[in-house]
Formats: sequence, structure tokens, C-alpha cells
Amino acid sequence: MNHWIIAPVILPALLAPIIGFVMRHDITLARAASVAGSLGLLGIALGLAALAAGGQTHVYYLGDWPAPFGIVLVLDRLSALMILLTASLALIVLLHAIATGWDNRGRHFHALFQFQLMGICGAFLTGDVFNLFVFFEVLLIASYGLMMHGGGRDRMRAGLQYVVINLAGSTLFLFALGALYASTGTLNIADLAAKLPLMPVEDAALVRVAAMLLMIVFAVKAALFPVQFWLPGTYANAPAPVAALFAIMTKVGAYAILRIHTVVFGPDIPATAGMPDTWLFIAAVITLAVGAVGVLGARRLLQLVSFSVLASMGTLMLAVSMFTPEATTAALYYLVHSTFAAAALFLVADLVVERRRNDGLTALPPIPQNGLFAALFFGAAIAMAGMPPLSGFLGKLLVMDVLRSPDVMVVGWTAILVGSLVVIVGFARAGSVVFWKSTAIPADVDDPGTAGVDAAPAERADFAQVAPAAFCVAGLGALAIFAGPLTGFLEDTSAQLFDRAGYVSSVLGNGEEG
Amino acid sequence: MLIVIALLPFIGALVPGVMIRAGRNACATFTAIPTLLALVMLMTLAPQVMDGGVVRAELEWLPQLGLSASFFLDGLGLLFASMILGVGLLITLYARFYLSGDDPMGQFYTYLLLFQGAMLGIVLSDNILLLLIFWELTSLSSFLLIGYWKHLPEGRQGARMALAVTGSGGLAMIAGMLILGNIVGSYNLTDILAAGDLIKSSEWYLPALILILLGAFTKSAQFPFHFWLPHAMAAPTPVSAYLHSATMVKAGVFLMARMWPALAGTDAWFYIVATTGLVTMVLGAVIALFKDDLKALLAFSTVSHLGLLTMLLGFGTEAAAVAAVFHIINHLTFKAALFMTAGIVDHETHTRDIKRLGGLAKLMPITALIGTVAALSMAGIPLFNGFLSKEMMLEETTHTVWWGNPWIVPALATFGALFSVAYSLRFIFHVFGGPVRDDYPHHPHDPPAGMWLAPALLCVLVVAIGVMPFLATPIVNMAASAVTGVPQDGYLKIWHGVNPALFMSIAAVAGGIVLLMIHRPLDRVWAVMPRPEAKNIFDRLMGWAVSATRWLTDATHNGAISRYLAIFIVATVALGYVAWSGGGISAPTRELLPVPPVVAIGWFLLVVATGSVVIMHRSRFRALVIIGIIGLMISSGFIYLSAPDLALTQISVETVTIMLLLLALHFLPKQTPKESGALLRLRDGVIAAIAGLGTASLAYVFMLRDIDTISGFHLANSKTGGGGTNVVNVILVDFRGYDTYGEIIVLGIAGLAIFAMMDALLNGPAARRLRNLDLSSDRSRDRHPLMMVVATRVMMPIAVVVGVYIFLRGHNQPGGGFVAGLVISIALLMQYMASGFVWTQRRQQIEYHTMIGWGVVIAGLTGAGAWLAGKPFLTSGFDYFHIPPIEEFELATAALFDLGVFLAVLGSVMLMLYSLSRMARTAGETVNLEPMDFDPADRVQNEQEAK
Repeated sequence: MNHWIIAPVILPALLAPIIGFVMRHDITLARAASVAGSLGLLGIALGLAALAAGGQTHVYYLGDWPAPFGIVLVLDRLSALMILLTASLALIVLLHAIATGWDNRGRHFHALFQFQLMGICGAFLTGDVFNLFVFFEVLLIASYGLMMHGGGRDRMRAGLQYVVINLAGSTLFLFALGALYASTGTLNIADLAAKLPLMPVEDAALVRVAAMLLMIVFAVKAALFPVQFWLPGTYANAPAPVAALFAIMTKVGAYAILRIHTVVFGPDIPATAGMPDTWLFIAAVITLAVGAVGVLGARRLLQLVSFSVLASMGTLMLAVSMFTPEATTAALYYLVHSTFAAAALFLVADLVVERRRNDGLTALPPIPQNGLFAALFFGAAIAMAGMPPLSGFLGKLLVMDVLRSPDVMVVGWTAILVGSLVVIVGFARAGSVVFWKSTAIPADVDDPGTAGVDAAPAERADFAQVAPAAFCVAGLGALAIFAGPLTGFLEDTSAQLFDRAGYVSSVLGNGEEG
Repeated sequence: MLIVIALLPFIGALVPGVMIRAGRNACATFTAIPTLLALVMLMTLAPQVMDGGVVRAELEWLPQLGLSASFFLDGLGLLFASMILGVGLLITLYARFYLSGDDPMGQFYTYLLLFQGAMLGIVLSDNILLLLIFWELTSLSSFLLIGYWKHLPEGRQGARMALAVTGSGGLAMIAGMLILGNIVGSYNLTDILAAGDLIKSSEWYLPALILILLGAFTKSAQFPFHFWLPHAMAAPTPVSAYLHSATMVKAGVFLMARMWPALAGTDAWFYIVATTGLVTMVLGAVIALFKDDLKALLAFSTVSHLGLLTMLLGFGTEAAAVAAVFHIINHLTFKAALFMTAGIVDHETHTRDIKRLGGLAKLMPITALIGTVAALSMAGIPLFNGFLSKEMMLEETTHTVWWGNPWIVPALATFGALFSVAYSLRFIFHVFGGPVRDDYPHHPHDPPAGMWLAPALLCVLVVAIGVMPFLATPIVNMAASAVTGVPQDGYLKIWHGVNPALFMSIAAVAGGIVLLMIHRPLDRVWAVMPRPEAKNIFDRLMGWAVSATRWLTDATHNGAISRYLAIFIVATVALGYVAWSGGGISAPTRELLPVPPVVAIGWFLLVVATGSVVIMHRSRFRALVIIGIIGLMISSGFIYLSAPDLALTQISVETVTIMLLLLALHFLPKQTPKESGALLRLRDGVIAAIAGLGTASLAYVFMLRDIDTISGFHLANSKTGGGGTNVVNVILVDFRGYDTYGEIIVLGIAGLAIFAMMDALLNGPAARRLRNLDLSSDRSRDRHPLMMVVATRVMMPIAVVVGVYIFLRGHNQPGGGFVAGLVISIALLMQYMASGFVWTQRRQQIEYHTMIGWGVVIAGLTGAGAWLAGKPFLTSGFDYFHIPPIEEFELATAALFDLGVFLAVLGSVMLMLYSLSRMARTAGETVNLEPMDFDPADRVQNEQEAK
């Protein structure tokens, strides 16, 4: 058994208390430890990805108990990919938070950050539905702490929405687990996957309810209609670097649907056949529409970005809702892309909003390095809107390509294309007001009469502040250039995901021998 | 080599942005170098293509999608590529002198090269997905170039409009191309062009055609999408000349030509394409005559000529395609020259308003000469190249029957040509002709040679082709062969004999001259004529869309948690019902047990208590007390159902939460105000009731059925494998210790988060409100009463002993670290309540932060300790020891893990309490140093001293 499998959970879990409780009085120390931890996590993630790329499903039996009686961690290509994604994003966001000083605007940023990573990694690795619940709790409470970082009235209010809706989701998770356990007697994913195909639809009412409730729970995390309401307010009011990190949080929901509703309630399971995909498709279309509408109607830059995240989740879930290996490949590509695109947008928006000292989509005197920020915003925005040459366009094409069956094509394509158009127009309006119209306004900092304390010229961004955002945008370009090899890996990933028998025998095989 | 050509402009685009630091000349030179390089490389490939060969190059990109970076160069591609690069060079030269010192020239050239690369990509792509990428890139780079003068509102609006229109067409085209690829089974252009019959017979032909044409029409500014092009003229003139007349707007025409073998030749193609083109041609020509802005005139004339090209391609005949190809070349030469002329006029006189110009021929003769030659060509006067292709066009129209009507197309075409002559002549006479005026905004003279050289060169071509059309013959034939897929070897000539086209031409010229003479009165009529202004419609539509979406977003995402939750719950219940009704359920396997009276009473009390919370929830204190009662009832339920562990946990959790809630309530209003009307509350009530009933029935269904679960294994292995007889505790610390590990971390994070949040709160504006909070009304005069102080002091050691006991027995009997942690925190909580936080804090040696930290770390390290034994995380070990005189006892690593749990729980609860007390102190709570407010011992002492 390879102990490295659990390292992505244990490393931040041990580091976080040390940062939070031992180093809490010295920000430099905390920063160093946090960066070291994130680097370590990235190294581990790379190692695990290399391990998983071999194609074997690695199982870690916690407490040495056989499955399904103890808890197992499962490392396959999908979980390794998600861990790698998390680790890379985390490092970028962390560096940004440190460079901009966001981490010092409240207490315990780094401890909460590491706990957050622990929660996310735990959710990606677990092979047990109840344990997934536990990690949902971990990441929820940590994200709540992070979201409230720095305080402020609007943030507190939005935070309340976030935590209330998500606690309701957690409660529903328990109901769903109850229904699942009451109908199958187990909560181990592999064990469920082994039992579900045997269940006739005449006896499946309870399990169907469980499947549906679980989907709603995951939809809360993935911000799908009609449980998406929390996202725009939360993301727009969270500290922008935190919102950038949250780009991976919605993906936790997407991942959970991919995992559970493929391995357990897969498309060929008689008990739930046709149910998850139908409803997910509808929800995804509406989510995309809500997001696009929000982008066009946004009043604030961060709000605009938040709605664009919503639209991207809609696109992603459209692909997921097909539940075929090809569609999953497309979904995974789009998932990776949209994570970095959202992060890039939030990081750039943060740099801009901090300098404008105003989040509104209005023309204000130009900020220093206007051109640089405009270029970064342009790059991130075209990626998000799905314009070439960055990865968004390829992601969009991949998703459209898998929505080919005649019964979904017209609706799916229309949603994606019209959605893209609205998002493009929304971004163009916002960008032209913020970066172009501003240049028509004379900077009043030159006027000594009005220059007070507040009107001190905004600082120029140094390399460390711009680098993480720029790296994200460059990464989106790299995703496009290396789309071929990446998609090759993702094809293997989804093939492995759809190999239910392989998953079950990997996890339970050992267990039966004792 | 082809790939290098396609990529050169992109690579080159990085340079000018940097080279501008070396000066404007260096910047322009370094822009020209990659263009020139690409052009030279292209020319080396040209002979091969001229001989009918096709050059290909391919690079794998995304094979899963069928996207590859494959390029091919045939006649059509070569023609367009040389046009793009050639005009690109001229524009680079022209822009060097056109842009003023204030304009960021590096940026301009960077955008220009980006565009050039994108455009080159379109014409060289051998993969329609790749073509789409370049297609969208031209939209983006055109957006940047139109908005180049950022500070001008027209620039910004024009840029957005162009992006919205061409972008939407591009999106439609994506769908069309995907369908096309679906029909053919390949995204390779070569394959698609070879599969024309398959495509035309497919049931998906029409949707694909319409979607692709949408892309082409928007890009090439065909009616009714033509309106963006005139507004794109807000761009600097080099951009207008390059993108919006010579190259980008021809992309749509290019695409139609490229797809000609695959799509053209059907009725649908003819009626859609030819009609649109015809309408656009006539409309554009008519409007152009009445535009006073030089660039607007040229813009509408471009629209008209694009319509002409579209119409020719729409005819679907080979001869028409040849004419189209020829006119593409001709239009490029004269229109680019005209735009540059207009730019020179603007540059020199500082106005583009025709009504303020005139007489420039004497002041700037070179410019006038260039402008006149180009405009005459545009008018279709013999000996200029425009004449040749216009004749060919008119000739083709006479063979065209539209809806059974043979004369309507030629008539309209002549009508359009007539206006075309009129506006061309107007351009000449109203700008250069007439007397010299003395009211130009700026006194004009001819510009430096750098500026007029480029248009002059184009004019040379205009005349050369016009006089010696055989020069262009091989190029036209080469491109036309590529368009039609059939070798073309026609011969271009000036004199075709006396044919209908000649008469139509003569009519057009004559009519045009007449029209120009009566321009003044016509202009007045035009000015008062009501006509739809596309920009206003677009702006209104956009404004409406923005306010509608804004309203929708604000109305739906307004932060009303109750509504969010209502939608959430309704959706859950509805979807839950859908799921339930889609499957069956087996018969119950359990009988309903008889209900003993005690249970019935307990149940009844629980219902009453729950109902009371609903009724009394506005009085928060009372509601809290009743919630406490509900918790106790649930605990009794656990005891009744023989779950002592659960009961213990429930009681202690209940106690701690109620205590903390009570403390928090101190800072909150004591009443919940009514925030919603009766109807709304009724709605919420109904939703809640349905959800509650749904949950209850679900639970009822569970309880009536037996199911084979994994818990049998846990019961069997608890003692042997986990070393404990209390299976609940063994599950918590061993079987599922990892869950517990996660949960204590949740508690720890909660403590941290609350602390951080409180910190933000107390350093923010909320602290001011807190300081002004008037809490005196509910402040007790004896906050730390004697009785309570004494009682809690007595309780303390007992409670601690109980806690330790519960902790130690946990593995085998009901108890454990979690409960123990809660019990001890209750004991401590009571000290705080009795004597105040500060007094107690002083007697507290370990910090709470540290306690949580240690808890989590101990639990983690205990788990990791298993690694030393080569076992997985959290594998427990236990053994039995016998040390006289103590009885045999067991030591388990699980106990160490439980210690971690204990510490984390204790620390978290206390940290929360600490946070609350910080708040209290900010709110003005006095701090006491003494254990109690009134100490009788002091009084006795005082009395004795007094004696």
C-alpha cells in the first residue's frame, strides 16, 4: 500500500494547526510555511499523477480494515488529476494572496487555506460516500472562514447566504445518505457500485430518491440551477484570491456527480436509468442561461466574473450530463480550463479593483499600468467566453462535439452559442468601460486641489503581484497548445472512470480475501 | 514552410510592442519584416501553385476532436494570402506616417500583425475547426483595432458593435461547421470540398448552410447585418483600409468562395446568397450617395461591393465565380487606395465632411490624382480595372432568372451600378473639384511621400489591370479554378463587343452623372425621409437587453435567503417525488411495534415542543429554551432505543450549544421581527409542512424494512480487531477514525474561523455599533452570584473526574474523547459563567489555540504512527498489560487518537467562548478581577477590622 496516497490530506492537515496555532503571530513565518506546504502538495500531486497514469486503481485501506467496512481512499487518474489541479491552483492563488497582502487583512488566512486544501483533497480521494460528507463539511467550514477573511458588512451578509444554503445542502446530504444506507446497507462507493446493478427498478424507489437527493447536494456545490443562488453573491463578495481558489470548489460538486453518478448510479443501471442525465441536462442549460444573463446585467466587475463562473459551470455540466466516456473527456478538459480561467479572471479583477478602489462597472480615472491589466483581462475574458486562441474555445468545441445526439443538440448548442454571445458582449462592455472609457477621463490625481489622502495614486503592481495572474493566462494558452496530449490523458481518465468493474474489483478484491 | 508563413505574423506581433522603444521608424520596420518575410516565402511557393499544385502542411493538435493544424495553399489561398501580405506591407508604410506622435504605435502594429496572422490563417486553413479559430481571432483583433482610440466613444461603441455582430455570426458558423463535419465525417476542408454531393443531399444541409452563411454575411457586412461596418470606421484609417475594405470583410466572401464546391449550386444557395447580395449591393450604393463623411461613403460603398461579390457567388455559375474573383482583386486595389486617400484628406484638412471640402485638386494635386483614378475605377469607367469586372457582373446578371423573372436582377444591378457611379463621381467632384475654399479647418497640402506612396502603388495596379487585363488573367484563372474546382482558362479583355452589359454600363454612367447633378435636391429629400437608423436600433436593443438582464439578475439574486431556501426545498421535494414515483418499493418486512404509553407521551411532548418553537420563535429566548427541551427529548429517545453513546453525546452537545447560544443571544435583539406578510408566511408554512412530511415518510419507509448492512462486521470485529467492546467508540476511533479525524478538524476550523471573524468584526465598523449597544436593561446587578460561584467550584473537580472517567472507559463502555471533551468544557464554561471570563482566564494555563492545534496534531500523528509499523494511516494497535497491583489493563493507540479528539473539542468550545467574551468586553462589559461581585468573606473581614 502506498502511503503517499493519503499525503495530500495529511500534509495540510498537520501543517494547518502548526501555522494556525504556533506561527500565528508571525505572518512571514506563516507565509513561508504555507508556501512550502503548497509546494510540497504540488510535488506530491505530481508524483501521484505519475503513479495514477500507470492506469492502475490504487486503494488505501485506512486503519487496515477491509472494504467496505473501513474507509478507503481511491487514487485513479481522475482523483489524481483533481488533486494536481487543486495543488497547482492553490500555489498560484497563495502567491497572489501573499504578494497583494490579502493574507494579512485578517487572522488565520494560511491555516484556513491549508485546511481548505485538506478538505478539497480529501473529497477527491475518498472512496466512501459518508467520508465524502465529512470532507464536504471540512471544506465548507474552511471556505466559510476564508470567505469571511477580512470582514466587512457585505461580505458578512453574503457569507451568511453561503453558509446557510450550504448547511441546508449538508443536511440534505445526510438525508440522502440515510436513504442510501437504508436501501443498500453500505456507503462504500465500490460496494454500492457492486450492489446497484442487481437492484430491479421495481424495488428502487428509495435508491432513486437517494440518487436524486445526492445530485441536488452536489448541485449545490456545483452551483446549478435552482440551487445556484448563493454563488454570485458569495464569489463577488469574497476576497478575490479566495474566490479564485473557490474556482476549484464548484468543481468538487462536478467531480462528485461524475464519480457517484457514473460509478454508482451509472447510465446503465436499471434502477436509475435516464434519471440523473435528464435532470442534469435541464439544470445545466438553465444555469448557463442564468450565468450569461448575469454577465450582461452585472453592475460590478467581481459580480460579472462570478456570473461568468456560473455560465461556465452550466457548460461543464452539459457535457457531464451526457454520461459517456467521450463526453466525460470533454467535460474534464473544460473543467481544467474553466478552473484556471475563473482563477485568472478573479486574480486580474482583484488587481484592478484594488487599484480603482471601486468595483463598479463605471469609468474612473485610469489606473497605472492600465494597458497591462487590460491585456490580462482581455486574455482571461476571451478564455472564459470561449474565444480563441485560448483553451476556452477548444473546450467549447469539445463540449459541443459531444452534444451531438439529435435530442440534445438543438437545445444544447443553442444554449452554448447564445450563452457565449451574451457573455462576449457582457465582457466587451465591461472591459471597454473599465479599461478604455477610463482613458477619456483625466486623472484627477494631477490636480492638487482634489488630491486628498484617499486620492493618493494607486500603487504600481510589482512582478510578484502580476505574475500569478499572468501565469494563469499563460497556462490557458498552454492548455490550448497541448490540448492533444492532455485530451489523450483525459480519454484514459474517463475510460477508467467508466470501467466500473475494474473499480469494484480494485477496491473490494482485497477486502474479500480478508 | 506553410506553417511558418501562417505563424510568422503572430511571432512578429511580439516585436513592435517592444521595438517602439527604439523609435517609430524601427517599430514600423520591424512590423514590415515578418510580413515581407512571409510574402517572400509565399512567393517561393507560388510557382508550384500556379501550375495547379496544392501545398500542404500538417501538425497534429487535438486529434480527438478532429482538429489539426493543417494548412494548404491553392489558387484561392495564394491570391488571398498575397493580398493580405501585400496590402499589409503598404498599410504598415502608410500607418507609419498616418499615426500621430500621441498614438501608441507599438500597440497598433502589434494588433495589426495579430490581425494579419488571423486573416492569413483563415485563407490557409485546411481544417474548418482551425478556420473557425482564425475566424474568431479576426473578430477579436478587429475589436481591438476599432477600439484603438480608446478615449473616443465612437471607437468603443463601434468596436463592441462589430464584435457583437461578427462574433454572433462566428458562433452560428461554429454550429454550421460542426454539422458540416458531422455530415462528411471529417473536418478536413479538402475532404469536405470533395463531398459536395453528399452534403447537398443531407437533411442537415439547410441548417448547416444557413448557419455558415450567417457567419459569412455578418463578417462581410451583408444586409441586414451591414450596419456594423460604417461604425467600424471609427478606427484609424489604415485599419479601415486594411480590415474593413481590403481583407477582413472579404473573409465572408472568401468563405463562400471556399465552400463553393461544397455548398453552392442549390436553389437554397441561390435564393439566399444571390438575393442577399443583390439587396446589399443596391442598398449600400443608395446610402453611400447620401453620406457626407468620406469614410462613411466609402464604407457603404464597400458594403455595396461586398454585396456584388456575394451576389456573383450566389449565382452559382462558373462564369460568375470568375467574375467574383476578378472583382475581389479590383475592389481591393481601388478601395484601399480610396481609403488611404480619405485618410490623407482627413489628415491634412482635419475634416472628412464632404460638405466642408472641395477644390482640393489645386492644393494637393498628387492626392487628387490618386483619388480620381481610384474613384473612376470604382465607378466602372473603361480603362480602369473596375470597369472590367463590373461588365462581367452585369453580363452575368442578364443570364439570371429570379423566381421566373428574367429582368429583375439585371435591372436592380444596373440601378445599383448607377448609384455607384454617382457616389464615385461625388467623391471626385465634391472633394477635389470646385473652387478652392478658405474655410478648411486646417490648410491642406500634399503629404510626405511615405503617405501617398502606398495608394499610388495601388493606382498603378488599377490602371495596369484596366489597360492590360491579360496581366491578371493567370491569377484570376488560378483562383477561379480553385473556387470552382474545375480548371478555368478564360481570357479577360476590355472589349466584349456590343452586348447587353455594355448598354447597362452606359445607362449606369449616364444615370450616375444625372444623379450627381440633382444631388443637392435629392439630399434634401433624403434628409427628411424617415428611415431606420441601425445604430439606434442596435443601441436600443442592447440597452433593453442590459436593463432586462440587470432587472432579472437583481430580482432573482437579491440575497433573500428565505426565497433561496424555499426554491431549494420545493425543488428537492419535487425532484424527490419524481425519483420516488419512477421506481417501485418492496413490501415492508417489519411489523409496527406497539407504542407504550411512556413513548406516546414523550412523542406527544416532542410534538408540542416543536410546535411551540414555531409559535414562539419570535421570542428568541423562549424558543432557545424549548429547543433545549427538544434536545433532551431526543436524548431520551436514544436511551429508550438503547443507544447510550448517542444519548450521552446528544446531551452534552445540547448543553454546550444552548449555553453558547444563550451567550450569543445577549448581543442580539430579543425578538425576531416580522419581515414577511401573512401570505408569504403561509407559503413558507406549506412548503415546510410538505418537506417535513416528505422527510418523515422517507424515514418511515426506512424503518419498516430490514436490510443487510455492513454493521454486522463491525459488531464481530470490534473486540478482536479494534480492542474495544463499545462498538460505537471503536467505529469512531478505529473503523471510521478517519471520519472522526475530519470532524474534529471541522470543529477546530470552526473555532479558528469564529476567532478570525470576531477579530475582523471587532476591528471593523461593527465594533462601534457594539460599543454603543445599550445592554443595561438586561444586565443583572449581581452578575456573579455567590451561590453559583460556590456551586460551580464544588462541581469543578467532580465534573473533571467524570470527564476523565468517561474518557477512559470510552473504548469499552459508553463514553469517549468527544463526550469527555464536552463534559469538561461544560465544567469550565460554568466557571466562566460564574466568575466571568477574565478571572477564569487568569487561571487558565494552556491557550485554546494551542489546545486545538495539539488535538489535531496528536490525532494526526497517532494515525501516522501506523506508518512506522508499515500499516496504513490510523491503523490501531492495542495490547493488555499487567502491572501489579493494578488489574490487567489495556493500552490502545486509539486512546491516544481519542485524546486528540478530546483536546480539539475542548479547545474549540473554549475558543468560541473566548470569542464571545471578547465581544462582550467590546460592548462595554466590565471586567471583574474578583471571583464574585459580593464576597461575604470580605464583609466579615471588614467588620472585624472595623472592630
